[in-house]
Amino acid sequence: MLNHTPKELIERKALRINPAKTCQPIGAMYAALGIHGCLPHSHGCQGCCSYHRSHLTRHYKEPVMASTSSFTEGASVFGGAPNLRQALKTIFTVYKPDVVAVHTTCLSETIGDDIPTIVKKSAEDGIIPQGKWVIHTNTPSYVGSHVTGFSNMVAGMVNYFPQKGDATAGQVNVIPGYVEPSDMREIKRILKEMGINGIVFPDTSDVLDTPQTGEYKLFPKGGTPVSDLMGIGRSEVTLALGSFASQQAATLLEHKHSVPFKVLDLPIGVSATDRLVQALMDATGKKPTDEMMHDRGRLVDIIIDYQHYLYGKKVALFGDPDQLIALTEFLKGAGMRPKYVITGTRGIRFEKRVTAMVKDCTPDAVVKANNDLFYLHQLIKNDPVDLIIGNTYGKYIARAEDIPLVRFGFPIMDRVGHSYFPTVGYRGGIYLLMNIINTLLERQDRDDPEERFELVM
Amino acid sequence: MPRLKSVPAVDLDEFVEKVIGLYPAKVAKKRRKHIIVREPSEEQQIEANVRTVPGIITQRGCCYAGCKGVVIGPIGDMVHITHGPIGCGFYSWLTRRNFFRPRENGHNFLTYCFSTDMQEEDIIFGGEKKLRTAVEEAYKILKPKAISIHATCPVGLIGDDIQTVAREMSAKLGISVLAFNCEGYKGVTQSAGHHIANNNLFKQVVGRDDVPQDGFTVNILGEYNIGGDAWEIERVFDKCGIKALSTFSGNGSIDEMRMSHMADLNLVMCHRSINYMADMMEKRFGIPWIKVNFIGIKAMAKSLRKIAKFLDQPAFSDRVEKVIAEEIAEAEAGINPYRERLKGKTAALFVGGSRAHHYQDLFRDLGMEPSIAGHEFAHRDDYEGRKVLPTLTVDADSRNIEELHIEPDPERYRPRKDNEALEGLKAEGVVDSYDGMWPDMGSGTLAIDDISHIEMEMLIKRLKPDIVCSGIKDKYVIEKFGVPSKQLHNYDYSGPYAGFRGAVNFAREIDMMINNPAWKLLKAPWETGPTLTAELGKK
Repeated sequence: MLNHTPKELIERKALRINPAKTCQPIGAMYAALGIHGCLPHSHGCQGCCSYHRSHLTRHYKEPVMASTSSFTEGASVFGGAPNLRQALKTIFTVYKPDVVAVHTTCLSETIGDDIPTIVKKSAEDGIIPQGKWVIHTNTPSYVGSHVTGFSNMVAGMVNYFPQKGDATAGQVNVIPGYVEPSDMREIKRILKEMGINGIVFPDTSDVLDTPQTGEYKLFPKGGTPVSDLMGIGRSEVTLALGSFASQQAATLLEHKHSVPFKVLDLPIGVSATDRLVQALMDATGKKPTDEMMHDRGRLVDIIIDYQHYLYGKKVALFGDPDQLIALTEFLKGAGMRPKYVITGTRGIRFEKRVTAMVKDCTPDAVVKANNDLFYLHQLIKNDPVDLIIGNTYGKYIARAEDIPLVRFGFPIMDRVGHSYFPTVGYRGGIYLLMNIINTLLERQDRDDPEERFELVM
Repeated sequence: MPRLKSVPAVDLDEFVEKVIGLYPAKVAKKRRKHIIVREPSEEQQIEANVRTVPGIITQRGCCYAGCKGVVIGPIGDMVHITHGPIGCGFYSWLTRRNFFRPRENGHNFLTYCFSTDMQEEDIIFGGEKKLRTAVEEAYKILKPKAISIHATCPVGLIGDDIQTVAREMSAKLGISVLAFNCEGYKGVTQSAGHHIANNNLFKQVVGRDDVPQDGFTVNILGEYNIGGDAWEIERVFDKCGIKALSTFSGNGSIDEMRMSHMADLNLVMCHRSINYMADMMEKRFGIPWIKVNFIGIKAMAKSLRKIAKFLDQPAFSDRVEKVIAEEIAEAEAGINPYRERLKGKTAALFVGGSRAHHYQDLFRDLGMEPSIAGHEFAHRDDYEGRKVLPTLTVDADSRNIEELHIEPDPERYRPRKDNEALEGLKAEGVVDSYDGMWPDMGSGTLAIDDISHIEMEMLIKRLKPDIVCSGIKDKYVIEKFGVPSKQLHNYDYSGPYAGFRGAVNFAREIDMMINNPAWKLLKAPWETGPTLTAELGKK
């Protein structure tokens, strides 16, 4: 397994090996699926759309619907305007979505197609039916990562939907970040539990975790309704969870509609969730319920109950910056030692933030943005860890080095649960921590010599 | 009025008109030509390998996917570098289930994803320098015998000359560096990528290593070893005394491909993706090809008999017959428990350029009716047979895919049969022949090329197939309708399905999928049964 990865670190300037990121459009497609009645549209050649749909499908085991401009060589030379016009005509006749969310690709970006102009002309020519929306964002694949694409599409929503009007008292926007449908559902539950009138956008719950009933719907019941998105400019505050995925849209909304915002970390773990709850209290005057406090207490209880297995354990983490920042804090707070923290997404502020965070608990930690799993594997070969936390691709390193792996992040294509059980909030923390602890215990059970095999752990 | 046996109430012509009616008029006119209600007594022409109308939710992918993803990617002892932004390399990394066993040198690069991860500055200033460095770094770290470079969309647009980079790096490093101009926008599907891959493999790999071979040797072309198919085929070949010299390209090795021109015969599995190679190898080296289908018990036996017929040696034929008898007995015993449970069930197949045809044989082995089928990226010859090849015209989308002009190799051309024998085999349809899907699609069956999402929805609702074979993008759509869906691109999580033992695996899984008790749980009892009024506590 990965036998050709040498222990010796060799500097690479050009070759990316085993990436810890993917390209922008998939993030934009995912975000657009979080609008109710929306068909994401990929303005490029068919392969992009096919790849993105396939990969999202592998992760969710759910239908992932999106259309494409089906560029050919001709369109690539002469421009993709006729393709997009034809696409809109086809889409509104055949699939009848409320919203088409167009994102670009490296192909249409390199030739410089001007989407707003094409869409405007299409509207003037009656291709877009009355009352339907066509929104867009630019997602050149050669800039940033899938996280950037998500961020751009959420900003695209802010660009198009909000309508002017008086502030709605007590209404709070929450941009949940590039998280699972289960996480978005949990954030909505927390808001409801606290009695807060919140708009969560985007929201892929009930879109990418739909029940099996024998009845298929092209546009499932979930997704943030357009009517809600039209109202986000009238909210009193926006809470943007995760600076990489959510800050852009929050900033834009403040700029355009004077809705103040606060950027928070993803609410993964006790302290980050505390900060979300505090921010909600500050914004609305509402209080967390006893039930929420009990969840919090149970989460802390588990950390203490299982400290023997967590304390001092060295962990390698890889994934997306917002997730890693919150996770690092959570693990550190549980007494673990984040040893390697690697994201493929670029971000000096990520490196600074996490390095500062782990300085005291893991002075020799390696924190890198814009890096890859080949590098992570080499680090592990030189100085192993007790646990790897990351997406499915981590299983190759885990097997090669015989280290347990907890699946967390995107994509997870080989285990069930991530779409249904959240990792955000106090309850999500319990699920994530349970996963971490049980994985460590399984390993100990596998490895303990017979005379030390424990009944009670 | 043509009707499917399984849904006699539906007039297929009416069904087709209804489906077409969902589209805007111009689109409807185009789509109409892709849908054929079969009537074998007529010469029926299907539209295929033309552009998908933008906005249609299609199964199709791109040229890069056909080249890197399908044909070149499975070669396991090479480093495949994607030159482009990170996505293309990322999505084609380990997702196709093309298995590989390293050879003696231990080289296996399949678990790695290599990319130049182009950034904005590379798009603006050009990416050649970065590509050169990337190739050098790959060589320095991994020491492969060969490296491939695959162009993605922006590479062609900004004009990076990857062919020159490959030549230079090949000279500098002393290894083979192959560059494929398989930008995603070329052609109309993955098919363009297959052709580009074939051309380059033929020009730069095949015929480079003259290693004489003993015994009867074949190349298996267009077999991608999904779920281990190639290994099951080779198991049977071993018993028959057939040596597979190389496989293009499942479990493929660049070293073996270099000497593939020494084989006695080429076997073509996926006609769509590799017929170019078969044709070119015949013209240059004199290797005839046989279209085979190793999917299905009867099809496997028939293909083995074709090979025996080609070799025309009684001892070999006897041995093959003995193997067939043994294997069929075992496979039939394996399938029997499922046959009664599957009998008469209908299957719809919408995949690729070959499997929607190949798997019909296997479904028939199970007593099922594969009565609806279509390809994702096939050409007309895959439906109507190679006889239509001379009539196919080159259009704007295929013009830029190079058609190599091949002359016999002055030293290496070696006829494998005398002319008379070869002509006889051709006349019998054993050699150099493929009649396509049509002969297997009887009256009142339905063919749909490049099926769209909305057509799939209508088909499931009206024609009610018991199982639909498709790919990952459709799978969960179909299953949300309560209809099982087998992925025939990557076989879900299973395989092999090829050969005799593969057929048994397939039978077991189709039974699992169709007769899974969980399908009975879709509705809660109170949703389907009479509603009871509450009695509890009334007393």
